[in-house]
Amino acid sequence: MQTNNKLKINIGPQHPSTHGVLRFVLELDGEIIKSCEPVIGYLHRGMEKMAESRTYLQYLPTVDRVDYLGGFFNSYAFCNAVENLAQIEVSKRSRYIRVLTLEMNRLSSHLLWLGSYLLDMGATSPLFYTLRDREVLLSLFEELTGQRLMYNYYTFGGVRHDVWADWLKKVADFVEIMPRKIQDYEDIITNNPIFATRTKDIGILSKHKALQYSITGPNLRASGIDLDSRKDANNLIYDELDFETKIAHSGDSFDRYMVRIEEMRECLKIISQCVNWLMGNEGDVISPVKQPTLKVPEGEFISNVEAPRGICSCYVKSDGSGKPYRVKWRTGSYYAVQLLPKLLEGTFYPDMMAIFGSLDVIAPEVDR
Amino acid sequence: MDYLYFLYLELLHKWNLPDYIAMVTFPIIPFCFVAAALIVVVIFLVLAERKILAFFTQRKGPNRVGPWGLFQTIADAIKLLCKENITPEGTDKFLFTLAPLLAFIPVLVVWGIIPFCNEFDIISFSINSLLFVVIAAIPILGILLAGYASNNKYSLIGSVRSVAQAISYELPLIFVLLSIVVLASSMNLKQIVLAQSSIYPFCGYFVFPAFLGFVVFFACGIAELNRCPFDLPEAESELVSGYNTEYSGMKFAFFFLAEYAMMFIMCAFIATLFLGGFLSPLGFYVGEKLIPNEFLANLSVYFEQAFWVFVKTFFLIFCMIWVRATLPRLKSHQLTAFAWKVLLPLSLLNLLIVCLIKAVL
Repeated sequence: MQTNNKLKINIGPQHPSTHGVLRFVLELDGEIIKSCEPVIGYLHRGMEKMAESRTYLQYLPTVDRVDYLGGFFNSYAFCNAVENLAQIEVSKRSRYIRVLTLEMNRLSSHLLWLGSYLLDMGATSPLFYTLRDREVLLSLFEELTGQRLMYNYYTFGGVRHDVWADWLKKVADFVEIMPRKIQDYEDIITNNPIFATRTKDIGILSKHKALQYSITGPNLRASGIDLDSRKDANNLIYDELDFETKIAHSGDSFDRYMVRIEEMRECLKIISQCVNWLMGNEGDVISPVKQPTLKVPEGEFISNVEAPRGICSCYVKSDGSGKPYRVKWRTGSYYAVQLLPKLLEGTFYPDMMAIFGSLDVIAPEVDR
Repeated sequence: MDYLYFLYLELLHKWNLPDYIAMVTFPIIPFCFVAAALIVVVIFLVLAERKILAFFTQRKGPNRVGPWGLFQTIADAIKLLCKENITPEGTDKFLFTLAPLLAFIPVLVVWGIIPFCNEFDIISFSINSLLFVVIAAIPILGILLAGYASNNKYSLIGSVRSVAQAISYELPLIFVLLSIVVLASSMNLKQIVLAQSSIYPFCGYFVFPAFLGFVVFFACGIAELNRCPFDLPEAESELVSGYNTEYSGMKFAFFFLAEYAMMFIMCAFIATLFLGGFLSPLGFYVGEKLIPNEFLANLSVYFEQAFWVFVKTFFLIFCMIWVRATLPRLKSHQLTAFAWKVLLPLSLLNLLIVCLIKAVL
C-alpha cells in the first residue's frame, strides 16, 4: 500500500468522475500528485480493424460511435474522405445541412461537458440546466434522424434526406432562447468566486507544450494559438459564414472553460445563418451514387474536421475494392490524455478534476 | 421540565406508585420522544432536501412512492435495512462496527440539549451550550475511525480531510458562541433564548447585534456537517464516497441518519442562538389568547413554541440546501485557509463588536 511515503491510488475504471471507463494510477504524497499514469483501452472496440471487413456503407453506421457525443463529426470525416476518393460531388444545400447539424452537435457536446465539468467540481445544479437545454437539441436530432446520439444521417454524397421548414423553425426558436441560457450559466458559474479560485492558474498549458503534444481544438485555442480547421475546411461552407474563432491566452482551466462558452455563442451564430440560408434556398441534398455497391478507386485521403474535442481526422486508404484497405482515426481526446500526466504533476489531488475535466476527455474517443 | 415532572408525579400518584419509579423513568420518556422525533424528522428532511434540490434544478424529485413521494425515504430505509451488511476483507471489524455508532449516538444526545419549548430541554444545566459543541465534535471521531478501519484509500483520505476540516472550524465556532454568551450573560441555552425576548417582536434576537457571527457560524455549521461547498470528506468526484465508501446496509444508514439528524440539530442550534429559538416572532402566542382553560393554554403554548423552533430550523435548512444547489466544492487547502484567514478574524471582530454593544447598552 505504501512505498516511499507515497500513496498509490487507483482512479477508475469504475469511478464516478472518469467520463466513461478511463483509468488513472496516481501517486500521492499527502494531497499532492507525484505522478499520474493513464491506463487506456477499456473501451477499445476495434473501430479501425472493423472497417477492413465491411463495405463502405456497412462501416458508416459504426463511425458515429467513435465519439458518442460528436457523432456527426466522425460521420462527416469519414464521408468526406470517401467522397474525395470517389470524386463524389456534394451539393451546396447538403453542405449547409451538414454545417448546421455539425454546429448543433458541437453545442450539445459542449453543453454536456459544461454540466459534467461543474459536477466534477462539486456543483450539481448546472448539470441539470445544461441537460435541459441539451435535451431540446437531442429531440431535434431525433426528429431529423430518428436517433438521439448515433445519427447515421450523413451519407456519401450528401445527407440521407432533406430538412423541412417546420424543423428549421424549431431550430430557429431554440437559437433565439439559447443566448439567454448561456448568460445564465455565465452568471452562476463564471462569476462564482469558488469556481474562479479553483480554475484560474490551475493546469496551465503553455503554447510550447500544447504544440509538443499535438493538442487541438478548444484546449489549444485556450493557450493562445489561433488554429481552427473550420476556417480552412474547403469542403464545408464555413467560408461563407460569419463567425469568429475565440482564443484565450493563459492556457489555464478557466480559459479552457471560457473558450468553450464563447464557442457555444459562435455555434449559435452559425446555426442561425445556416437556418436562414436553408429556409431561403432549395436544392438536392444527395448525389445519385450507388451506395451499397460503392467502389472507391485506389488512393488515400485524410479528411479533417474541427470536432468539439479537437481535430478529428479520418485517414482512408482504398485498394479499389468495395471495402476500405485501412481506416485510421485521429481524435483530440487521445492527445489530451497523453498530456494529462504532465499537467497533473505537482498539483493538488482536488485539482485533478479541475484539470482533467477542463480538457474535455471522453473515453470512447481515446480508445476507439 | 419541573412542571412536566410534577404532572408526571401526579399521574403516578394516581396509580399508587412510589416516587422513585417516577425519578427513574421520567428521564427516559423525553428520550423516547426524542428518538422517535429524530427518525421522523430525518425521514422528512431527506425527502425535503431531495424535493428542494429538485425544485432548484427543474426536476420533480421523488414522486412515485405515496402522494408527492412522501414515503420515498421510508422505502429507502426499508431497502437499507434489508441489505446485506458487507464487511470488506482486511478491515478492523470492531472499529468498523464502532464507527457508525460513534457517529450516530452523540447526535441523539445533542438533540436533548436544544430547548424546544419553555419546559422541554432535557439536558438542562448551566453550561449546556458548551456541551453541545463538545458532543457535536464526537462524530468526527467516528468518521476518522471509519476511514481508518475501512482499509480503503479513498476512505482514509476522506476521513483525514474531515479531521483537518473540523480542527479549522471548531475554533471560529466557539468564538462566535462566546459572543452569544457575552450577550446573554449565560451559557444555558434556555437562558440564551429567554435573553432574546423583548417588548417588540423579534427585535431582541441576537442575529442583529451579532450578524457577522451569524454568518460565520452558519459557514462553520455547514463545514461541521461536511456539506457542500465544504463536502471534501465525501467529494464524490475524487473520493467516490469518502469515508463511507465501504459501508453498506444498516451501518451506512447510521452514517446517513447521523448526517441528516446533525444537520437538523445544527440548524436548530443556530436558530436557538441567533433567531430566538422557541420565542414567537409574532410577540404573542395564539393559544394563550384563545384558550380560556389555563392548563390547555399552557400546553398549546408549548406546542406553539416547538412549532416556531421547527419553522426557524427549516428556514435555515432551506438556506443550507440552497447553498448546496448553488456552489461548487472548495479545495482542501483553500478550505483551511478560509477558516484560519477569514472566518477566525471575522469571529474575533464579531466578538469585539458584541462586547462594545454590550458595554454601550
